[in-house]
Amino acid sequence: MFCPHCNALLCPPGGYFEIFGMEPRLEIAREDLERRFYQLSRQLHPDRFARRPAVERQYSLDAAAILNDAYRVLRDPARRAEYLLNEVPAAAGDRPPVPAELLEEIFEMNMAIESLRGGDQGARPQLAAAQERFLSMRREAGQALEELFDEFDRTHDDAVCSRIRLLLGRRRFIENLIRDVEKELAR
Amino acid sequence: MPLVQIDHLTTKRPCVVGIDLGTTNSLVACMKGAAPQVIPGEDGRNLLPSVVSYAEDGRIRTGNAASELLRSEPRRTVYSVKRLMGRARADVADELALFPFHIAEDSDSIIELELGPRRFTPPQISAFVLNELKRNAERWLGEPVEQAVVTVPAYFNDAQRQATRDAGRIAGLDVLRLVNEPTAAALAYGLDKRRNGIVAVYDFGGGTFDISILKLQDGIFEVLATHGDTHLGGDDIDNLLLRIALEDIAQEWGEDLAGSAEAVQLLRQRVVAAKEELSRVPAVSLHFEWRSRKYEREIRRPLFERLITDIVERTLDSCRQCIRDAGAIVEQIDEVVLVGGSTRIPLVREAVERLFRARPHTELNPDEVVALGAAVQAAILSGDVEDQLLLDVTPLSLGIETMGGVVSRLIRRNSTIPASATETFTTAVDGQTNVLIHVLQGERELATDCRSLARFDLKGIDPQPAGMARVQVRFLIDANGILSVTARDLHTGREQAVEVKPSYGLQEAQVEAMIRDSIDFADEDLRARLVREARLEADTVLAATGKARSHEAYGKLAGHERQAIDLAASELLMAYHSDDHRLIKAHIGKLNQATLHLAGSMMATTLESALKGAKIE
Repeated sequence: MFCPHCNALLCPPGGYFEIFGMEPRLEIAREDLERRFYQLSRQLHPDRFARRPAVERQYSLDAAAILNDAYRVLRDPARRAEYLLNEVPAAAGDRPPVPAELLEEIFEMNMAIESLRGGDQGARPQLAAAQERFLSMRREAGQALEELFDEFDRTHDDAVCSRIRLLLGRRRFIENLIRDVEKELAR
Repeated sequence: MPLVQIDHLTTKRPCVVGIDLGTTNSLVACMKGAAPQVIPGEDGRNLLPSVVSYAEDGRIRTGNAASELLRSEPRRTVYSVKRLMGRARADVADELALFPFHIAEDSDSIIELELGPRRFTPPQISAFVLNELKRNAERWLGEPVEQAVVTVPAYFNDAQRQATRDAGRIAGLDVLRLVNEPTAAALAYGLDKRRNGIVAVYDFGGGTFDISILKLQDGIFEVLATHGDTHLGGDDIDNLLLRIALEDIAQEWGEDLAGSAEAVQLLRQRVVAAKEELSRVPAVSLHFEWRSRKYEREIRRPLFERLITDIVERTLDSCRQCIRDAGAIVEQIDEVVLVGGSTRIPLVREAVERLFRARPHTELNPDEVVALGAAVQAAILSGDVEDQLLLDVTPLSLGIETMGGVVSRLIRRNSTIPASATETFTTAVDGQTNVLIHVLQGERELATDCRSLARFDLKGIDPQPAGMARVQVRFLIDANGILSVTARDLHTGREQAVEVKPSYGLQEAQVEAMIRDSIDFADEDLRARLVREARLEADTVLAATGKARSHEAYGKLAGHERQAIDLAASELLMAYHSDDHRLIKAHIGKLNQATLHLAGSMMATTLESALKGAKIE
């Protein structure tokens, strides 16, 4: 985990899974990951190095940051899949194509946003309901995703992989919708 | 060479105190045995009002002594300065109208308060409060106190955190950690409970509101999400009541008192007393006498509650957002903890109880619980408490400005800290040797709607055709929630110089000047302070070196490496008792240099064994 030239801490070449001493798999037990995360945190967290010399404090800071970054990605099934499948999440501003089955829902949401911006507070509950629907869609997409994980881990089948990628795209799309609604409701 | 036995290893470890630097009151606490305890002031009181007065006689008064001057010296007495920390004039324009003290006209990005002939920044004012707490702790403990954990509202941004840390330095305190107030409160409660589950901490103080949701498991306090408002607190309720009373009086007397700082201060005291009384009784009578005219008005609780409904509702909005961010539903939250003086208001308690469907915890004094938790965190940092660990989050997303003024998010809010992100930058013009990066904090899409943190200038990039240079920049938020930036030129592998221009903070040189200034007030010798600081650092480095000798990595060092360490350590020991801080610092630097390789291998061993440990069931 150390750079051979400057002795700086780097993410290990095996990546986030290696930090946790785990095989790179899509399906992982959340409790197991959490247990490892807590254990590593107890050893590496800067709180454990508060009274150590500056050099060691810096190492601990770097190590804990890498550990936290890794945990953030691996604990979330969608981000874990994106990471393992080398899926590059769309940059800010780029929007994935609209899934056809969501067209009507989005149309209604935009109407509600327009009325709310126009000062019609009556649109607020409508928007809040849309938010609830999107949240449950996200949950469903997440579940559908996880159902494919085991199959992919066993077979590494291309067809399964593309179904996962499709679901990841759909989930990202819903994620953006949730953010849009949240923003409008917070206005 | 046999090493002199270092007495640093055998002497008692100095106490690290926990400090709650509050909007209205401040407290200091420390561990006594297994339990944290608040340290009282000379007057026997636990709460030190966060009030500072610079009186005509040129002396600084703090706490109750300063509170007494609020009425007679309103223009030289500062309260609620926490609301001004890390802020710009424009941010606080609204409330400035009600502050009796003056803010210098020309102080835009860093507020300066004009107290008589002198100017003070908010960190300097806070430093006076911290210094008083430091003295109280020293008197009580009978030993010097130099290190502290200081609490901040969870929703404080980078500038506000930096300002708090600067205040500590100006006060002569080495701030080992800034810890979030609600998290500290959870630590204080966790001490005797030690249960597993999900806990919400609702912290409604004098000037700020925070809500944090934590997962407690076997001594780990993992914050799942936090939300809040750094400008929403009991002060806002006071200001609301004050405005109403002023209007009422203007109507009744035909005289507007708003221009008289003294009258406003007196009325404020009456209003605050009435507000506090209303938490205990259903109706109070507000009495106010000014230049032999009398004003009296009865306030009943239902009216008071109607007035503050909006404020309470704003806190509930934050709570709902926080629950969503934590990925939880209300039913999953096992316990709710109330923190801050404003949670004494019955309406607030009822609202919290209704939202969380749980009876909130109030066993610990809501004014003291944060300081108690800070003392626990201090004990964790000094190694006295080993089974607990706090994993906190950053409250606000961090991003950089991209084309068209749009913010590209690098670290999302509610990420566990320390957190980092790397981004590669290139040049737009042939031969360009520097790149300017604008870093922002906030959730909005446009840079103009977010809080500007700083501009980082990457300098000395190898001149190349446009788009060819590759500079990798690492953004790192540390365990205090404070950002640092490092950069590396990927072509040369060289560490890149980064010049920081903080948007709303003090430059290093300004802090140093303020430290020198503070010495004048503390009847202290600057040299003595610097020597003390240097020795403290030497203690740390020497103790660590001593301990490292028993580490397996030490055995693997080459002979000349060990000799170099021995030599540097004994040179530092010789310099230790000199009264030249520069000499001590220079030898600390040498010892650090000599142990660099050792520290690296020790860390590698730690990591390795941690990984091995993780593999074992």
